[in-house]
Amino acid sequence: MNEKILKVLEQNAKATPLQLATMTGVPVSEVKETIEQAERERVILRYKTVINWEKLGNERVMALIEVKITPQRGVGFDALAERIYRFAEARSVYLVSGTYDLAVLVTAGSMHEVANFVSQKLSPLEGVQGTVTHFLLKRYKEDGEILDGKEESHRLAVAP
Amino acid sequence: MDSTRTRKQLIADRVAGLSPSGIRKFFDLLASLEGVISLGVGEPDFVTPWRIREAAIYSLERGYTSYTSNYGLPELRKELANYLRCLYSIEYDPQGELLITVGVSEALDLALRAILNPGDEVIMPDPCYVAYSACVTLAGGTPVPVPTTVENGFAIRAADIESRIGVRTKALLMGYPANPTGAVLTRPELASICDVATKHGLIVISDEVYARLVYDIEHTSFPCLPGARENCILLGGFSKAFAMTGWRIGYAAAPREILEAMTKVHQYTMLCAPTVGQMAALEALRSGENDVVAMVEDYNQRRRLMVKGLNDIGLACYEPKGAFYAFPSIAATGLTSDQFAEKLLNEERVAVVPGSAFGSCGEGFVRCCYATAVPDIEEALRRIERFVKRHRMP
Ligand SMILES: Cc1ncc(COP(=O)(O)O)c(C=O)c1O
Repeated sequence: MNEKILKVLEQNAKATPLQLATMTGVPVSEVKETIEQAERERVILRYKTVINWEKLGNERVMALIEVKITPQRGVGFDALAERIYRFAEARSVYLVSGTYDLAVLVTAGSMHEVANFVSQKLSPLEGVQGTVTHFLLKRYKEDGEILDGKEESHRLAVAP
Repeated sequence: MDSTRTRKQLIADRVAGLSPSGIRKFFDLLASLEGVISLGVGEPDFVTPWRIREAAIYSLERGYTSYTSNYGLPELRKELANYLRCLYSIEYDPQGELLITVGVSEALDLALRAILNPGDEVIMPDPCYVAYSACVTLAGGTPVPVPTTVENGFAIRAADIESRIGVRTKALLMGYPANPTGAVLTRPELASICDVATKHGLIVISDEVYARLVYDIEHTSFPCLPGARENCILLGGFSKAFAMTGWRIGYAAAPREILEAMTKVHQYTMLCAPTVGQMAALEALRSGENDVVAMVEDYNQRRRLMVKGLNDIGLACYEPKGAFYAFPSIAATGLTSDQFAEKLLNEERVAVVPGSAFGSCGEGFVRCCYATAVPDIEEALRRIERFVKRHRMP
């Protein structure tokens, strides 16, 4: 599978097959095949847009929740991780090394909703030993994009 | 007193005789317009990678604000020797064969001043980087341009060099990958040039500031060719590869005797390259490789877009394999390159540089820099297309 095509798409999901073909030097037909195959095999999971909601005054609450869990015989952390990631509130779930086991990124409409999710859904789960909730106060960089004050080049318009 | 006479005498003949860079003119015109997309730049559109900037800031915090050795920071020269060994398997002794300079610009000036006697001739390709002929003149030499053509991909040919060698010919000055053409030389082409230079005892000044910016090919460094090193002054820099134009750091690598002579000039005229820039360059060599690879891939994508776009519009453009310039022919319009650039700027607000600014063989071409954001390249191409449709020769 042509990774160059995927790398361009990862940066710009709107790039057309023709643009991709020109930029990577791969024939259009091959670009189309690659994309179809990548979608079919779930190498491409989704086309997404990084939005700065704060600009619209649309304050969504995000929290990073540390979850300490007891691994279960035979399935380790996976079964419990699955119980957690099936909740729609859980935007990302990672197994991590260190002082806790799962890092759960949650988005919700209000702090109250997050608190509810943690106290009603997450904490009571069998095998969850404890949680620590960190509310996100400010987003500086998201998916490699700096939200405010993106760096501009200060080049002169004409140079030798 | 006759004031015109005194004014004329104020400036040395050598300097008064230099024509101002053809690029300057456009700069003034451009400043008066709004909404211009500029393809007229000659530098990366990336800001220097943060890890490099951060290292420079840290060096300031630690108080590295004094002069360095005339040759440059010892660690930087050591790292540079290592870099050249890794890239090209070539050995330069950090003690006495490497000199850190204020950009390739200073290194070029030093090289010429170190080797030229008044009236010595220096052969160079036409078109070429604007500074070459001016620097030769300022160093007391005489530039001898060798025409290159699009049919030959703007590569200078050994036979053409040889046919211009006379008793006063001292050196060959060339820069590949080339500004403004994006041309590169293949290893066999370089080898035949090396043969001619050796046969006639020429010093070869090889400006390889764009060495890292090559696409789908490998760069051959001139001194790597068998027998080339002894008569070669290799110039290289950080400006283009690491997006560090404003830091002003470059280097020269040459056999001891030549490098000593260059250092003599450097120590009296410059003392040393800026310390904070050298610190940044050190970090670039130590950890900047991934950034270089990523930027090259990015340029390559934009290069393909630009070259295909220009060809689709009807401005025939051969494939430039290096640097970040496309050099399309504007023959389809029947305009001179000066007219083309000026009208395009006024009518469509796209800045390009007329090929004639780089020598008479650049006439009929314009330089378009593709180190520009993709949406801007696409918009510039749309505007150029409109322009060409309007001005197409009947
Ligand atoms: C061919 C060539 N040589 C040298 C230079 C100057 O490089 P530096 O920034 O290292 O002085 C440039 C800059 O545009 C160039 O195009």
